[in-house]
Amino acid sequence: MATNNCVDSKSFYGCAKSQQFWALLALGGLAMLGTLFAFFTLEHHGHILTGMNNQIVWGLPHVFAVFLIVAASGVLNVASIGSVFGKKIYKARAPLSGLLALAMLAGGLGVLVLDLGRSDRLVVAMTHYNFKSIFAWNMIFYNGFFAIVGLYLITLMSRNLKQYSKPVGLLAFLWRLALTTATGSIFGFLVARAGYNSALYAPMFIIYSFGYGLAAFIVVQSVMYKWNNIEVDVNILARLKNLLAVFIAAGLYFTIVLHLTNMYFAKQWDYEHFILVSGGIYTTLFWLGQVLIGGILPIMLLFSPAAKQHPAIVFVAALLVVIGGHAQMYVTIVGGQAFPLDMFPGYAVSSSFYDGEIHQYTPSIWELMLGMGGIAIAFLVTTIAVHILKFIPADDFKDIELADH
Amino acid sequence: MSEHQFNQDAGQDRRDFLKTSAGLAGLTLAPGVLLYGISAYGRAPDEPASSEVRWGMLIDTTKCSSGCNDCVTACNTENGLDGKTGPQDSQWIRKVHIKDLQTSEQHDLPMMCQHCEHPPCVDVCPTGASFKRADGIVLVDRHICIGCRYCMMACPYKARSFVHEPLHDQKPDVPRGKGCVEACTFCVQRVDNDEQPACVEACNKAEHNAMLFGDLNNPASDIAKAVKTYATTEVRADLRLNTGVRYQGI
Ligand code: SF4
Repeated sequence: MATNNCVDSKSFYGCAKSQQFWALLALGGLAMLGTLFAFFTLEHHGHILTGMNNQIVWGLPHVFAVFLIVAASGVLNVASIGSVFGKKIYKARAPLSGLLALAMLAGGLGVLVLDLGRSDRLVVAMTHYNFKSIFAWNMIFYNGFFAIVGLYLITLMSRNLKQYSKPVGLLAFLWRLALTTATGSIFGFLVARAGYNSALYAPMFIIYSFGYGLAAFIVVQSVMYKWNNIEVDVNILARLKNLLAVFIAAGLYFTIVLHLTNMYFAKQWDYEHFILVSGGIYTTLFWLGQVLIGGILPIMLLFSPAAKQHPAIVFVAALLVVIGGHAQMYVTIVGGQAFPLDMFPGYAVSSSFYDGEIHQYTPSIWELMLGMGGIAIAFLVTTIAVHILKFIPADDFKDIELADH
Repeated sequence: MSEHQFNQDAGQDRRDFLKTSAGLAGLTLAPGVLLYGISAYGRAPDEPASSEVRWGMLIDTTKCSSGCNDCVTACNTENGLDGKTGPQDSQWIRKVHIKDLQTSEQHDLPMMCQHCEHPPCVDVCPTGASFKRADGIVLVDRHICIGCRYCMMACPYKARSFVHEPLHDQKPDVPRGKGCVEACTFCVQRVDNDEQPACVEACNKAEHNAMLFGDLNNPASDIAKAVKTYATTEVRADLRLNTGVRYQGI
């Protein structure tokens, strides 16, 4: 139950001390400054300062960026369940869900752009489209996502346009499914590489996006409630936590299917052995990060009897999913490249260009600073928007009780 | 490898051209001469590359000497690469050593951009910077490349390099640049001048003669005759990319 009249006040931060808002802004701004510093340094010296090379061409920045983009699509789920499927407790969360979707997508794309070899050619990227390229399609989907979700937020928040929120919400829902299909396909279409080249990537990324998005939503919502000394209603908590558990379980299921198909149909035994058994950091990140921290532990926490009463447990579980999600992206993106291309099956291969060997990658501080920029952008957009407009879920508690019966 | 496989794209144009040529043959022999002429490949800067031609290379691994690195050195000199081989350095061509895991039979071969008829790098490039010329040479337009490196993810041959640091003293006819992706161009600046790629020239000079360059579409060319006569191999033939570079002896 709400115990603080902040819910009724015009803006969430309106009642928080404004110094706190400025402190948050300064924190985000500082991180952003670091990112820009890294960007200009790399712009001047080139990617030579990073750990990325001609073997591992996508590194830590892409781990952060793709996580944010995938989670951005998933975080919109909360709004979709509310608007499209008419569930009231989710409807109350639709504006926050839409805002986070925009903020996280902006963050993810920001990192991708800052990491380009020629970021100054952004206009070229926006004006030259190769329609055969799934990457180009992604750009179209991202731009469309901004437009549609932006419109959706307007319909949700304005009094006169409310009736349009359902059709626009449906469009946003379908669009984000297409978007994540395209994001997964960036990897799935890489036919030459053992770790990718699977039609499973598209649906798997959609399932991952559900889990990561909802987890990110729960994390942000928990922080907002805590900040305002509001206790989340146990019924709402129960709904969100059960849904998160289902999404995580589905994600684990897809992970298992991907590896099984790789082993039994695609016969990628060597690659599977590398990721699952002998891959060092990738194997550790897979089992410890993706499976244990991002999967099994959160499910156990969410189903523990105490989770029903303690929002902190759900918060921790959601945080673990976010951490595990980053581990998954690292395994998928970097691990997939670390394993050498099999150009000559049945032969041992060696060359001055590192053919036939596991490729090494040690990220530098510059990449970390670039990657953190994504989180900083998402954080700043959210903090400012929440300060100006009303985004905190204001539940009609009557509805919750009705829905329970 | 039969000849018609090289002609998947150019085939129709070529047939049309042959018809036209046959029609004109009564009047003049010139079209036939143009079509089958072995030289006359040089083209003026404003003249577009012709789809009548499909440039290709045949590499005989039995002639490639294990200690020799002449093709690599020649490539570096011709294209202004510094020859360093760190993980972040560009390598347009490299010597690859392969050893059969069962029989221990060993080969050495040069590996570079295979100039596919259906290049995955061109398919995935978001801006169209990766492109294939009408004569089959796969290139990067360094003014449109945004340095996303998706083409490097897609290439089955690890043929591409990303320029990780600022470049100095570049060769005027080989445009390269920091933040862009690059790869073997078949020495397009030489081919357009009726010369052989630098690697091929160096290999011949060392009297190994392991590399043969020419027009796969021209039945009179040495390379077309060779691929018609001997069994040749495409690397990753399973991907059905119809590579312009073929190997013999593996
Ligand atoms: S790095 Fe350049 S050539 Fe390669 S896909 Fe990106 S834009 Fe195209």
